[in-house]
Parts: sequence; structure tokens; C-alpha cells
Amino acid sequence: MTRTAPIVQLEAISKHYGPLQVLDAVELEVFPAEVVCIIGPSGSGKSTLLRCVNHLERPDGGVVRLNGEIVGVRESRGQLVEVAPAELARQRTEIGMVFQSFNLFGHMTVLENIIEAPIQVLGTPRAEAKAHARQLLEWVRLEGKEDTYPRQLSGGQQQRAAIARALAMRPKVMLFDEPTSALDPETVGEVLSVMRRLASEGLTMIVVTHEIDFAREVADRVAFMDGGRIVEMGPPEQVLDAPTQERTRKFLSRILNTRADATEA
Amino acid sequence: MMTNDSPPPRDAERGPLTATLQIGRRDTAKTVRISDSRRMWGKIGGWVLRIVVVLIVLDIVSKFLTADAMKWDTVWFYLFNQKVLNGVVLTLVLTAVAMILGCLIGLILALMKISRSLLLNVAADGYIWIFRGTPLLVQLLFWYNLASFLPSLSIGIPFGPQFLEVDTNSVITSMVAAMLGLGLNEGAYMSEIIRAGIQSVDHGQSEAAAALGMSRRRAMSRVVLPQAMRVIVPPTGNQVISMLKGTSLVSIVAISELLYTVQVIYARTFETIPLLVVACIWYLFLTSVLSIGQHYIEKYYAKGASRNVPDTYLTKLKKLMSRTGHSSYVPRKEPVE
Repeated sequence: MTRTAPIVQLEAISKHYGPLQVLDAVELEVFPAEVVCIIGPSGSGKSTLLRCVNHLERPDGGVVRLNGEIVGVRESRGQLVEVAPAELARQRTEIGMVFQSFNLFGHMTVLENIIEAPIQVLGTPRAEAKAHARQLLEWVRLEGKEDTYPRQLSGGQQQRAAIARALAMRPKVMLFDEPTSALDPETVGEVLSVMRRLASEGLTMIVVTHEIDFAREVADRVAFMDGGRIVEMGPPEQVLDAPTQERTRKFLSRILNTRADATEA
Repeated sequence: MMTNDSPPPRDAERGPLTATLQIGRRDTAKTVRISDSRRMWGKIGGWVLRIVVVLIVLDIVSKFLTADAMKWDTVWFYLFNQKVLNGVVLTLVLTAVAMILGCLIGLILALMKISRSLLLNVAADGYIWIFRGTPLLVQLLFWYNLASFLPSLSIGIPFGPQFLEVDTNSVITSMVAAMLGLGLNEGAYMSEIIRAGIQSVDHGQSEAAAALGMSRRRAMSRVVLPQAMRVIVPPTGNQVISMLKGTSLVSIVAISELLYTVQVIYARTFETIPLLVVACIWYLFLTSVLSIGQHYIEKYYAKGASRNVPDTYLTKLKKLMSRTGHSSYVPRKEPVE
């Protein structure tokens, strides 16, 4: 493990929805060029944790730091107060996010989706943004789809376009929130292969996923979450193949059994 | 659990769902059966109904066309009369101004209602409560008579010094009263339409915009509102059409729009019915034009919303023409024994 400063630090992140504690003082450090996969049963708080990183969810306790700078809030006389919306927006430009349901802008073509934020937020000249977008589309293997509307694309193509849109902001960190969960089985692979290539390019990635094989192959570290806590964390061969915690073992055997059923049928 | 044996007979596989609950075991041929005589009577009944409808329509139309009071030459004479045409123009101007005002107020109210500020929520609710809860006619009379209640209008600090003060009658002319009355009332209805449109856009859209560093305002104007338009446009088209007809209400405050113009004429000539028909022909013509315009605006905002390109009237017509016979005819297959 590199001993450089972490790029993302989650410090004692807690979150409640009413009486329900979704996150319970979660600590996580992610280092530059590292890929961290978060796995765990649904309702374990993994998506909520990811959404706290770019402050789509406001934690009730704890702070998120990006390159040492607190995201979304600042300290004022010993209290945490929300930063100005423009300040939060600036911080978010450095954190790319890919959603389970793609969330491409439905009224814009693929190209318009990708150049919208660079032009509107970063002030990139239109021609430059377009050229960059075309390169990104080629990179995610969607060349020729510039003028297509999202709904005319398959799920896998939409998700790759969404990845290109997030990359267009040249983010320092990429967050993936179950990027393949809404996809047909046959298009999962094309999205995972794009993510694999991103990881090999040295992009810092936090990935919430159910794809155990992907985690095993690509992740530097795997975090298993349950009940709003990180129960177990470490290299994939340790967490996935030799889990020390009973809950991790149960979860993995459940997932592997489902998969066995699926291949049998 | 795969076996290489030949599959067991189907009945042996039946679980409680198929065996006891009889799911999938209904004999369609026995239970859903329409006898030939019933089919024949249904056909005869259909034709009788069609003939009756045609006769009734013909009767009404012929009475209307040949009635003594219905002087068609009078209708033609006044249809393109300069005063009537001026009335038509004023009706259009009133409709346009009131709708623009209504859309602006509606947008502001809708944003107030979805904002996180309780004060703004309550203020918008109060506005909608008052303007939707009282008759438009009463509102028009209220604005028209505003001077009797507030002789002068001023801008300043409540209960404190006033900066700008003007005589109400000089500002609220009957034309302004009409536009205010129609526009403010329309705003209450438009706000609900716009709010429904905004809320129809998946929350993920504004989240994605936020994650890309777009401000709430930019996300609203660039991402949410354009997609909300698909839901906003159709009911707004209805609002425009009902506004066009609603402008006739302002005849009560002596604005010489279409209805008031023909009223002035028939008060003099007593040709009441022909002149009302003149007004109706114009209203019908204008609402028809608006409906066609609405269709094209809807098509514009539907882009990216569907995999299919929606039909225009022209393509619909072509499809209809390419069919043989009338559109509901489907050849019936003879049952195979």
C-alpha cells in the first residue's frame, strides 16, 4: 500500500433516517489510484455511504475530506455548517459519479449530455468540449452514437455514456453506485470492461457493487458492509476468499449460491 | 437436478396451483362462447344505433340551417366586419398577454411550492387558494373596481413611508384590469400544471446534474424544466384554449373583445343569433388553429422521450388513406374445427 496521503477520507460518518441508523461511524480512507469495492447486503448502507462522499446525502455526523478539504460543510465556531452551494458545486466537479439508473439527461443527445457540464460549469469552450467528448466516446467504444438520444441506447451503452459524461469533468475520484445492477446480463460485461480499463489507467475509484468477480479482479481493497458498518476490509483475496467474519461468510455464500442456481437453470 | 430421462407426463407435474386452484385449466372453448344469433343481433343493433345517430344529427343541423332567425347573409356580412375583426384581434391579444402572465406567475408559484422554505410554500398555497377558490368573473369585477377600494396605489414600507404613489384609476384601466384578472387567475392553475411537470421528472436527473457540479438553478433550467415541458405542454394547450374562450368574460368590464363587439352590434340591430354565430365561428376557428399548433409543440418537446417518432396529422392521414375500407374493420377468421 502506498504511504501517500489519502485522496478521500471518511471520518466517523453517521447517518439516520428517523430512528433507523443507516451509517454508524464509518471510517474509510482511499488512496490515489486505488480501487475500493464496497459489497454487502441491500440496506447495509453502502449506497448511502457513497452518496455521502459527494454530499448528495448529508451525514448527520462525521466529515468527508477530499485531498484534505472537507466536502460540503465547513467548521464555524466549532460547528459544522453547510458551505455555499457554489462551493459545494466546485467540490463536486472533482468527484465523478455513475448511478445505477444511468440518469442521462433524456432530452439531450449523448454528445450534449457529455459537454453540458464542462461548458456550463467549467466554462470549457464548446469546440474543445466536443473534441474531448468525442475522444471519451471512442474510449468507451460509443463512437458514432454522438447524436443518439439515451432512450435509443441499450442499458450498457447508456451506462458507458454516463461514465463518459462523468469523466468529461476530469474528476479526481470516480464513484460507482451499483453501475451494473440495472443492466441486462449480456451488457454487464461491456460496462465492467470499461471500468476495468479505468482502473488500469490509475483512476481512483470507489465502487459499490454486487459483482464479486469484478471486485476480486480489479479491487485493491474490498470493504464488506452490514448494518451501517464496515465489518471487514482488506485485499480481495482475504475478504472474498478467506473472510474472518461470520457475516461476510454468510453473505458470500448466499451470493455464490444464487449464482450457482442461475447457471444451473 | 437435470435428468436425461424422457419428461414425465404433464399431469404428474401438477402442483397445488394447477391441480387444486385450477390455474391454467379453464376450458376457453366452453366458457367464453358467443353464439351466432347473439353475434347477428349485435350487428343489427350496431346498425340501428348508427342510423339513429345520423338522423338526430341531420335533424339538428337542418333546423339550425333553415331557421328563420338564422339569417346566413347577416352572418356572412358581419363575419369579416372591421369591428368584429378588431374584436378578434383584441381577444387574441388578451389571450396572449394573460397566458404569458399566467405562465410566469405559475412558474414562480411552482418553484415556491417545491422550495424547501415553509414561508414560500405557505405563500404559494395562499395565492392558489384565493385565486382558484373565487369565481373569475368576481375577480375581474374586483380588479375593475379596485379604485373604489384603493384610491391610490403606492410602493413602500408597510405602515411606513411610501416611495411611489399613483392614482389607481390612471393605472388600472379596464384593459389592465382585464389582463390582471385573467393572468392572475391563470397563474394559480398554471402553477399546479408546472409543479406536476417538474415533479414528473425523475429525481435522478437533478441528482446527476448536482453530481456534475451544476447549481440547483442551472439544473432546473437546463435539465429539469426542458423535460418537464413534455408533461406541461398538453394541459397548457387546454388552458390556452379555455383562456381564449374565457376572454369573453371580460365583456363584463366593457372591453371590446369579440363577444362584447358582437353584443354591441346586436344591441343595435337585434340580430342576436346570427351575431352570436359570428362569434362562435371565430372562436371555433381560433381554437382549431391553436389545437394544431399545440400538436407541433408537443412533438418538439417529445424529442428523446420515446424510441418512436410520434405521428403528425399528415402521417396519420396517410396511414388512414392507405387502409382499405373504414378503419375499424378487422377481418374475422373462421373458427377452425
